[in-house]
Amino acid sequence: MTFSPELEQRIQKLMTSYPPGRVRSALIPMLLYCQDELGHISEELMAECAQRLGLSRLQVDEVIGYYSMLHKKPWGKYHVQVCTNVSCLLRGAEDLMEHAKQTLGVGHKEMTEDGIFSLEEVECMGACSWAPAVQINYDFHHNVTPEMLDQLLSGIRQSRQKVQ
Amino acid sequence: MLFNEPSPLEVKVLSRRFELPNSASIDTFLANDGYKAFMKAVAMTPDDIINEVKASNLRGRGGAGFPTGMKWSFVPRNADKPKYIVVNADESEPGTCKDRVLMENDPHQLLEGILIAALAVGAKAGYIYIRGEYRYLIEIMDKAIAEAYSKGWLGKNINGTGIDFDCYTHSGAGAYECGEESALLESLEGKRGIPRIRPPFPAVSGAWQSPTVLNNVETYCAVPSIILNGGKWFADLGTPKNGGTRMFCLSGHVNKPGVYELPMGFNLLRMINEVGGGVWHGRKLKAVVPGGSSCPVLRADECDVAMDYDSVAKIGSMLGSGGVMVMDETTDIVRVALRTMKFYQHESCGWCIPCREGTTWLKKLLQRFDDGHGQSSDVNLIGEVAKNMLGRTFCPLGDAAAMPTIAFVEKFRHEFEAKLAVAPGSFEDSSRLIQVV
Repeated sequence: MTFSPELEQRIQKLMTSYPPGRVRSALIPMLLYCQDELGHISEELMAECAQRLGLSRLQVDEVIGYYSMLHKKPWGKYHVQVCTNVSCLLRGAEDLMEHAKQTLGVGHKEMTEDGIFSLEEVECMGACSWAPAVQINYDFHHNVTPEMLDQLLSGIRQSRQKVQ
Repeated sequence: MLFNEPSPLEVKVLSRRFELPNSASIDTFLANDGYKAFMKAVAMTPDDIINEVKASNLRGRGGAGFPTGMKWSFVPRNADKPKYIVVNADESEPGTCKDRVLMENDPHQLLEGILIAALAVGAKAGYIYIRGEYRYLIEIMDKAIAEAYSKGWLGKNINGTGIDFDCYTHSGAGAYECGEESALLESLEGKRGIPRIRPPFPAVSGAWQSPTVLNNVETYCAVPSIILNGGKWFADLGTPKNGGTRMFCLSGHVNKPGVYELPMGFNLLRMINEVGGGVWHGRKLKAVVPGGSSCPVLRADECDVAMDYDSVAKIGSMLGSGGVMVMDETTDIVRVALRTMKFYQHESCGWCIPCREGTTWLKKLLQRFDDGHGQSSDVNLIGEVAKNMLGRTFCPLGDAAAMPTIAFVEKFRHEFEAKLAVAPGSFEDSSRLIQVV
């Protein structure tokens, strides 16, 4: 597989970051960085990572199955993650999640038909003091109200239309 | 960038550079005592460094509160294997968001803490394990590491001292369990995050079976100030055996939630009322989870307590990771208990059966209450299932799920009883059923 030059550089750096003979350590960050570029972890990507790190396909697959951020099915281009853990729950996260479901017309771990958005109810993301919190891809949004979420989502839709 | 206004009651040690312009840059750091503590430590013997940290009464900020100096002293002096420094930046205890603030606003403080730990134990490489969701912090730490290399504070012959040290970031990919030290090490080695049996402890056999110092971000960040100002100075900021300050993450039903640096032993009620601006909407306080969701809940009448490890332990809870979750009088405790258990059930790695099965069954039981189908015998059953998990797992996740549940049921039993089934299907409560009909 060929990756973008930036990703390739990142992988090369990862593979030399660990003690000699311990290159397997690069696996989890490698899968995550590759997934970010390619959208999801395909069979081809699994084989590529296994080959580069001298692992079997199964050794890669069992790791993917363990970590909640690694996924073999595509998600939306914008993955909307609503935290509903206690600190967020106390400040209205359940209503926010419900609002997100209504607005996007999809449920937990589902994707919109156009493939632009997917939605996930997630565990604590480390924004407890600025709750409720939403992460869209890797971007944090704090003290989110349903109105703010609407603005964020319509902002994404508008910016995509401009690009087109 | 700070996400909340600082409080005038704060005692800024770890956060003292946060409000400076470009606080994350190496230039700001160097202009404000940056790497001075490291240079001071270079002139000290490893024993002197460890003794200074011991004298500071610094205790692990990840949650367990183990004395840091003692932990470092367990690393064997004359090991033939290389030694490693590992940073636990997998912050994922619900209610906790302090490591984020520390890395975002002063990444070099963390690097300096790592360097001093390396001097103390003779390590040549360090790894910062950052949770995958904190991608922007990985970028910030990578930038800080690159700056440190370019200015000679990492790499070969650091600042002409003859000391070599390399530092790397390592991304997790979404697993609460990997915040547990031995699971973190498995994950660092490219495997599923499953806990290891101890002993051996990481100090003897940690990353790649080598002696390893593994501490929380906040713990390392405290070290430069300790070396610079002396262990006694740091110890005196807190209470006996609980040195220094703590980054408290105030969340939930308060007017001014935020991350605040306060001295160890700061009174919890004062924290809520004076730092946090009181309970929101003028309501009364009902309960507080004092140190992240693994810590047993405190009733409002138990909250007049000094927030240090020993005082909170004395009243049956834990200071934990510093995540203070405040709940007002309208809070549905059953709902909170259920949400807490959903989290542990989701995050249990499944390695130990009491944890895997216990969290699943507790979630089902709590769900039944939340749905209004609870049986009166379930109230005791929840406590029994939870108690059977205690101490029967490789890692503390099982305990972390059981302890808060036991406390929720014991302290707010009436709220569970108020949710007993009154609908058909509840044979025990037929008398109530008749009343309702």
